[in-house]
Amino acid sequence: MMNTVNDAFQIAGKTYQSRLIVGTGKYKDFAQTRAAVDESGAEIVTVAIRRVNIGQDASQPSLLDALPPSQYTYLPNTAGCYNAEDAVRTLRLARELLDGHKLVKLEVLGDPNTLYPNVRETLKAAETLVKDGFDVMVYTSDDPIIAKELEQIGCCAIMPLASLIGSGMGILNPWNLRLIIDSANVPVLIDAGVGTASDAAVAMELGCDGILMNTAIAGAQDPIRMARAMKLAVQAGRDAFLAGRVPRKLYSADPSSPTSGLIAAK
Amino acid sequence: MIQLSINGAAREFAESLSIAQMIVELELTGKRIAIERNGEIVPKSQYEQTILQNGDVLEMVVAVGGG
Repeated sequence: MMNTVNDAFQIAGKTYQSRLIVGTGKYKDFAQTRAAVDESGAEIVTVAIRRVNIGQDASQPSLLDALPPSQYTYLPNTAGCYNAEDAVRTLRLARELLDGHKLVKLEVLGDPNTLYPNVRETLKAAETLVKDGFDVMVYTSDDPIIAKELEQIGCCAIMPLASLIGSGMGILNPWNLRLIIDSANVPVLIDAGVGTASDAAVAMELGCDGILMNTAIAGAQDPIRMARAMKLAVQAGRDAFLAGRVPRKLYSADPSSPTSGLIAAK
Repeated sequence: MIQLSINGAAREFAESLSIAQMIVELELTGKRIAIERNGEIVPKSQYEQTILQNGDVLEMVVAVGGG
C-alpha cells in the first residue's frame, strides 16, 4: 500500500488525499453529479459562475445544496472568459459568493472552437489575481517557458492541457508535460483532454501531481463507474511513478526465469 | 418608478428599494448569490443599506456545474 502520509499532496497549504479533481458540469442531474463526485473520491470540485436565472422556481435545488461547500473544496473557474478583465471579475464575484474563498481556477480562452488558452491574457489575469490575494491554479498550454512564468508570478499550481478541453484525446505531448513537471516547484496538474482511465494512469506515471477532468467522467455511458475507474487509475499511476518503472530495452529481451539449471535437452 | 438592468434584462420597480428588498421581490431569498452593481461588487453585509437608483446595472451570479 502507498504510504499516504509520506505522499502528501498539498495545494495552497492544504493537504489532500485524492489527486483527482473533478468538474461538475454535463451531468444528467445533481444526484448524478453527487454520486459521481463521491465515487471519484475527489475532495476538490470545479464549479462555474453564471448569471442567476431570474424567474426560475426558487425552490429548485442548487449545486451548492447537492455539493455542500463545507464538505468539498470549491474551485470556481473562469470558463467562458476570453480576456483577463472578465476572468478577474468572475473570480472576484466567486470570492464574494463563497464567503472570501481564495482557491480558484484561472482559465482564459483564446478561441471558441479549440478552447485553447490565451496565454497572454492568462498571464495578465494571473498577475492581478495573485496581487489580489487569490490562490491561483492556472490552466495553460503545455509550453514549459510559460509554465515557469506563471509559477514566477506566484500561481499555486500549473495546469497544462493534455489535449483540447472535452476532446478525450489523451496525452498528446508527454515530453512537454515532462519538461514542465521536471522544472516546476509548485504542483503540476494535467487539466483537459483525458479520455479514459489509461490516459489518467499515463499522466500520473509522467510524474504530475494530479489530474483535473470533467467530460471523461460525465460524458461516459456510466459516469459513476468511470468515476471509480479514474480514482483507481490515478492511484495506480501515482504508485507506478513512485515505484519507478523498469527501463525500456529496445530490441533485446531479459528473461525473468533463471537461465541456469535447465533440464537436459533430449 | 425606477428601472434597473438585471443580468441584461430591464426590470421596473414601483419605487427605490434596497438590494435586500430587491432579493425578496425577485424571490431569491435564501439563495447563495453574489451581486455586482455598476461594475462594483456589493458585499452581502451591504445589501440592507444599498439603495438602488434608476438606471443601475446589476449582475447577479450563482455557482453552477462546470469543469
